[in-house]
Amino acid sequence: MNNKLKIADKEFTSRLFVGTGKFSSSAQMQEAVLASGSELVTMALKRIDIHNEEDDILTHLKHPHIHLLPNTSGVRTAKEAVFGATLAREALGTNWVKLEIHPDPRYLLPDPIETLKAAAELVKLGFVVMPYIHADPVLCKRLEDVGTQCVMPLGAPIGSNKGLRTLEFLEIIIEQSNVPVIIDAGIGSPSHAAYALEIGADAVLVNTAIAVSQNPVAMAKAFKMAVEAGRMGYEAKLAPIKNQAEASSPLTSFLY
Amino acid sequence: MHTFKALFDTHNWDSTLKSIFNKTTAEVKQALVKEKLNLEDFKALISPAAKPFLEQMAQKSNRLTKKKFGNTIQMYAPMYLSNECQNICTYCGFSMTNKIPRRTLTDPEILKEVAFLKEKGYDHILLVTGEANQKVGVAYLKNAIELIRSQFSNITIEVQPLNQEEYELLIENGLYAVLVYQETYHRHEYKKHHPKGKKSNFDYRLETPDRLGKAGIHKIGLGALFGLEDWRADSFFTALHLRYLQKTYWKTKYSISFPRLRPHSGGLEPKVEMTDTDLVQLICAFRLFDEDIELSMSTRESEVFRNHIVHLGTTSISAESKTSPGGYTLENESLEQFEISDERSTEEVVEMLKNQGLEVVWKDWSQFEPIQ
Repeated sequence: MNNKLKIADKEFTSRLFVGTGKFSSSAQMQEAVLASGSELVTMALKRIDIHNEEDDILTHLKHPHIHLLPNTSGVRTAKEAVFGATLAREALGTNWVKLEIHPDPRYLLPDPIETLKAAAELVKLGFVVMPYIHADPVLCKRLEDVGTQCVMPLGAPIGSNKGLRTLEFLEIIIEQSNVPVIIDAGIGSPSHAAYALEIGADAVLVNTAIAVSQNPVAMAKAFKMAVEAGRMGYEAKLAPIKNQAEASSPLTSFLY
Repeated sequence: MHTFKALFDTHNWDSTLKSIFNKTTAEVKQALVKEKLNLEDFKALISPAAKPFLEQMAQKSNRLTKKKFGNTIQMYAPMYLSNECQNICTYCGFSMTNKIPRRTLTDPEILKEVAFLKEKGYDHILLVTGEANQKVGVAYLKNAIELIRSQFSNITIEVQPLNQEEYELLIENGLYAVLVYQETYHRHEYKKHHPKGKKSNFDYRLETPDRLGKAGIHKIGLGALFGLEDWRADSFFTALHLRYLQKTYWKTKYSISFPRLRPHSGGLEPKVEMTDTDLVQLICAFRLFDEDIELSMSTRESEVFRNHIVHLGTTSISAESKTSPGGYTLENESLEQFEISDERSTEEVVEMLKNQGLEVVWKDWSQFEPIQ
């Protein structure tokens, strides 16, 4: 079995986190979330009515093993993010927040400056901050310094399904990080997820690839299995990759 | 002030139209397989040469829309606040010279209309007026927004063009988006259709999105009114406008609408007809040109057309719309701007969407900035 993942004071058996957007109905979303085995599920604050206990999305996520992770998608500045997170904490009773500040509405790329500013402030206000950021190793260290409990670098633009296009930088981030590294965007297929776990990412967050597939429930299950396999492979220590076969006529044998 | 006008003035209508009609099958094929399309590719996709590829365009449009927006459709409702107008627009029921009763909603009337729309489930609202700057100026609009903002997550306006400071004031008070259609990018034809009133100033209207961008608006809606001039050239200029704005005001979101001329009192016959096939071609072309843009479809279009278009790139629709001030609860249809075509109730449209496997999204915004 996989080791458990700890973020702040919570332990997770599943290393697959999922999003709730783009499904064809809330019922289908719920079924897929349950099939994924995920224990940390993110939803956009802008999509839910936090003051309505019968909100359609929230109602479908009421399960004892599911921990809600509100995200600030749609905000453009640190000020708006802090305001949104504070509203969510009051209404939903969770101090966890997925910090997303993307002033660019096309590629939804995160603003590093505003994110760092908001993260520092939210940590001071007692939040468990999970920041969505570029695969920028220096920014990850800066976020760690201000007290975020993990970092969430992107593999490729959100919703692109292109996989780990930022691989070189993800590897540096994983090598250097003292907090869990969760690869957040661009993961388009179970093999991408497995690979992320194999290279040592602590978890992945997946939404579009599940929601937009022909069979979201089956795809959620496929991701669950891929994440478990990837982690198992990582824990079992992958055999080293060899670029060349070992030479059959060694060049230095004359020395012995 | 640097604006779109500088770029626009380097383009000529006739040569643009000619270059669209000269696009070849080979250019269409190339545009179909490319991942990032430029304006020349867009021209190819709206050209007559692309007609045989309509099914391919529709398939790709469907795929791209699903990837970005998922299996969802956003619902919105227009609410007309006033039909007072000091412009003469040849195609519009509100035109100053039309002898129709005029009405501007009072606060209690606005709230009565709001209550009707809330009951139906709407959370994104579009406020519409004519252009009567004394009676329905910024102060009136600010008051209307303040009055309703606690009941809607997302407020858009479609009103007379304002200046930058006026937009800033409304944004501070909870305004999310502004729709401002150029009607036609043909300068000369524009003048013919807008002979009198503030709207007759082509350049002031053309530069409105620039003022909105500088004011920091969240979303700008663009479009042309199809029927006034050749839809292909007008669509090219819309796309040119869009690309310019995206590069200049990169924090702003954009949407495109596709209004075709509809019958109204004192009506104008379309000069250039746009068929259903043309409209599908255009919607798909916009989606292929831009994966991220919101595409909106109103009740101007028929039931059958709308049932199918929700899979071809459209991301938001209205239902049960009234185009007259007080139309939902206070007035009969004598004050309307134009006749709608799809007359189904909100419930029927929602049912249709659900049956097609689409999630109906009512709320997709929150005011994160504390109101000033």
